[in-house]
Amino acid sequence: MRFMLLFSRQGKLRLQKWYTATAERDKKKMVRDLMQIVLARKPKMCSFLEWRDLKIVYKRYASLYFCCAVEEQDNELITLEVIHRFVELLDKYFGSVCELDIIFNFEKAYFILDEFLMGGEIQDTSKKSVLKAIEQSDLLRIYFNKADA
Amino acid sequence: MALKIVKGSIDRMFDKNLQDLVRGIRNHKEDEAKYISTCIDEIKQELKQDNIAVKANAVCKLTYLQMLGYDVSWAAFNIVEVMSSSKFTYKRIGYLAASQCFHESTDVIMLTTNQIRKDLSSPNQYDTGVALTGLSCFVTPDLARDLANDIMTLMSHTKPYIRKKAVLIMYKVFLKYPESLRPAFPRLKEKLEDPDPGVQSAAVNVICELARRNPKNYLSLAPLFFKLMTSSTNNWVLIKIIKLVSCFCVVKYLGLLAMSKILKTHPKSVQSHKDLILQCLDDKDESIRLRALDLLYGMVSKKNLMEIVKKLMLHVDKAEGTTYRDELLTKIIDICSQSNYQYITNFEWYISILVELTRLEGTRHGHLIASQMLDVAIRVKAIRIFAVAQMATLLDNAHLLTGNMQRNGICEVLYAAAWICGEFSEHLENPMQTLEAMLRPKVATLPGHIQAVYVQNAAKLFSTVLKSQEGSTEGTAAQETSQLMIDRLPLFVQSANLEVQERASCILQLVKYIQKLQQKEVEVAEEVSALFAGELNPVAPKAQKKVPVPEGLDLDAWINEPPSESESEDEQPKAIFAKEEPKHSRSRHTEVDEKELARRREARKQEQANNPFYIKASPSSQKVYQESPGVEHIPVVQIDLTVPLKVPGLPMSDQYLKLEEERRQKERADKKKKEKKKRKEKRSGRGRRHDSGPESEEDITPAHMVDIVTEEMPEMCLTLNHKVCDIQGNLQDGSQVVVSVIFENKCDSLLKSMEFNVLDSLNSKLQRPEGSGPHDGFTVPFQLPPGVSNEARLVFTVQSIVMPQKMKGTLTFIVKNEDSSIHEKLDFKLHFTCTSYLITTPCYSDAFAKLLESGDLKCSSVRLEEVNMPFHHLLARICFHHHFSVVERIDSCASMYSRSIQGHHVCLLVKTSGQTVSIDAKCDEPTLLGNVLDEIKQTFSQC
Repeated sequence: MRFMLLFSRQGKLRLQKWYTATAERDKKKMVRDLMQIVLARKPKMCSFLEWRDLKIVYKRYASLYFCCAVEEQDNELITLEVIHRFVELLDKYFGSVCELDIIFNFEKAYFILDEFLMGGEIQDTSKKSVLKAIEQSDLLRIYFNKADA
Repeated sequence: MALKIVKGSIDRMFDKNLQDLVRGIRNHKEDEAKYISTCIDEIKQELKQDNIAVKANAVCKLTYLQMLGYDVSWAAFNIVEVMSSSKFTYKRIGYLAASQCFHESTDVIMLTTNQIRKDLSSPNQYDTGVALTGLSCFVTPDLARDLANDIMTLMSHTKPYIRKKAVLIMYKVFLKYPESLRPAFPRLKEKLEDPDPGVQSAAVNVICELARRNPKNYLSLAPLFFKLMTSSTNNWVLIKIIKLVSCFCVVKYLGLLAMSKILKTHPKSVQSHKDLILQCLDDKDESIRLRALDLLYGMVSKKNLMEIVKKLMLHVDKAEGTTYRDELLTKIIDICSQSNYQYITNFEWYISILVELTRLEGTRHGHLIASQMLDVAIRVKAIRIFAVAQMATLLDNAHLLTGNMQRNGICEVLYAAAWICGEFSEHLENPMQTLEAMLRPKVATLPGHIQAVYVQNAAKLFSTVLKSQEGSTEGTAAQETSQLMIDRLPLFVQSANLEVQERASCILQLVKYIQKLQQKEVEVAEEVSALFAGELNPVAPKAQKKVPVPEGLDLDAWINEPPSESESEDEQPKAIFAKEEPKHSRSRHTEVDEKELARRREARKQEQANNPFYIKASPSSQKVYQESPGVEHIPVVQIDLTVPLKVPGLPMSDQYLKLEEERRQKERADKKKKEKKKRKEKRSGRGRRHDSGPESEEDITPAHMVDIVTEEMPEMCLTLNHKVCDIQGNLQDGSQVVVSVIFENKCDSLLKSMEFNVLDSLNSKLQRPEGSGPHDGFTVPFQLPPGVSNEARLVFTVQSIVMPQKMKGTLTFIVKNEDSSIHEKLDFKLHFTCTSYLITTPCYSDAFAKLLESGDLKCSSVRLEEVNMPFHHLLARICFHHHFSVVERIDSCASMYSRSIQGHHVCLLVKTSGQTVSIDAKCDEPTLLGNVLDEIKQTFSQC
């Protein structure tokens, strides 16, 4: 996977994760272009599209678009599964997740994503073990905070 | 210091945290840019403070702003500062910011190497995890090179959490620093079999990604992936593996394999993919090509045959000089000739295909093409004219085919060509030319059997040519033809091959004689052609059966009564023995003959079975033979017991097992024979036991040859005695039970055509001769004249021995009287008791004690009331009927032991007090034990 974007229906970027180092300027352009294309698509249209040398797999959950760019040989369906699994993880962690959860706890959302995907590859397919890792690190943080106080 | 911390946390209270920032931005929709620039100013202030918490908060806000598209690269150094915090909370924020903001050209990355290394080796797995996650986003070639070793060590970390991250990041490292691949690969491969599914799936991911770039290098992992594919239940992993395997081209193979399975049930749906399958013939992988060929074989129809064969012929041309070409050739012929040429609509086309195939150099399948040519030419009359013309051309151009005579398999087709031209010479346009072609000196270099055919068919051609030439005016032409033969044949007479030599010299003499007659101007053509008159027709393999046996012909009667030595002997002692033993001596006399007869018949059958040209005997043909007159006079029974009937279908491995068994049995053979004879005399075995103590004790040794059950239908004229005479078993592939069945004819008529059949159960099956269906009966290989009995052995396979088995069966047979014959049926039950699976095995008392102590055995017990016999009789009875041996006996108490053929131990403790006997038993198989005890109980309830 090359990158993953979360953006709202209004075209606001909520999360971005790039798995290959890309210059800031290129990133901005790609995000802008892609958001335009995806937002212009009708609800009944296919979730996959070919874009430049990449395949784009996106899915809308409520007002949020989850959008992944994968290489040509990659499987679209498994990418769709990855998106869904990520949503499930967020849902479990935040408890029926909404856009605002991600806006205000965007770093948490990143931590979850980082436990699930790494370098663009699935790190662990088990929801349980991902959530356990997050919980453990959260506990660690609370512990340090208490030590601080 | 304390003050500083307090001050820090007070400062923080006034700082905006991330939530405040986000809220602020949402509240300043109109002047967002302005609001953010003030925020950035604040952040810059915060970053100047010493307090790491403040810094981390600032960095966190920056990360958010970065996402909104603001440049934060100026804070790179502060991010590194936060990364190097010792506190996980801040470190995590630092690494997140770094992973979002850093890229290869960020110069501060150089400063992070040591920090990252320190974090990688941190005792806290989450520090390590965060570092790995961050690194995966901003790893540079330098970082990859410097940290490759550290990461490789982490691949064997005790925590799967770290292992899986390390494995995944290795992929990024390989991309940035390819040299690291070689040393890391063995460890990576090892991770494919990691006990943790997360690590395993990570390894699969990485290797799949690597392999996609260069599949060939990873082909050696194919078996491992195959194993994973069949064993893994993780769909995520499976998808990846299948993707990868498709790079190895294996999927194509599997697809073709699946198609061949589908073809059997849904031929239409496969046929629509014909073009796709034909494309597979171009694949560079031979196994795929062969698979595709197999598939084509099944999908041809009348419509597409020519098209498919045409495509195949193209491939034949392309595949010059490979074994694959030979495979193609055989497949083409297979495809065309299947089901009696069912799909061929045009035989001229087929003949030309065959002729085209003869142009292949170096093929091994000349004989195959030849046999096809012969077959088609003989069986398809309409094609003969065309075939003969083609064959004549072949003969004419024989030199093209036989570039390298002896080694070239293709010259076999000349065999067919010569025969077809000779046999159907009346269709030849220019027989003279063909005759000359067949007598060329070069022919002598062909293999012997082909030359022989050449010579023979030259003679046939000669007769045809004579016929045409004699009809015409020029009488000299015929003489010239004879002269040609006389000139050329001596070459063959000198042949080293006997067959060629013999035929050539024979024909040469014939032609010389013909020439003499010709010189006297006698017309000879008619008579010469009479030599080869009549047409050879194809004969179906079973045609022999249709030929009726002429009346009065008894195929089994002696043509010449064999010289009987006993006759002369009988002459003299007649006076002495005539009254006393006339019957005996005669019966012995016939018995010798019968034995001999049976032996010869056995031998003949054996020979016929091995002779591929012989039509195999079938039950129906046997009937014909049995009904032929005179058969009653030949007693066909009493195969000597020392010559055991062959048991068909016994697997080889079991044969070896049997050897040992046989060796032991040989010693007791005599005793057994005696015993058997005794049994035969009895009308029914029910209730009949060897009752007397001493005798039964004597018989214990061969005890695993004991009646299972004997049943009889009272109004029937036949008795059946079954007994198990040989049991072999092991746990792996069930047990073989050889049952010897004694057939005794009690009536005054001849019994014949006996067919023995049982209803197979799931557990027990009769082993039927090869090739017969699961419901076919076993044809009893003998007849029974009145008062005679004989034995047949049947082999059963028994899966489980812990339960007794009852198999229902029927015996059908024909009762033949003087004037009529009736078909009769006898129902019976074969009873395999559990006891019959026990083998008398001696056991020493200490071994016995150990066995009981082991605690592996289940316990059970039974009480027998009103047993009215001495204790030693009781023991002998158990020993005899149930195959136990006495381990130890103290007064009225005895321990006994036996073992099943599958190795179950059965131990008994028998106690008696008055008329009550209690048996405590132990066995490692409770079901078996229960059944054995039931059987013991039954034995004693019968007396």
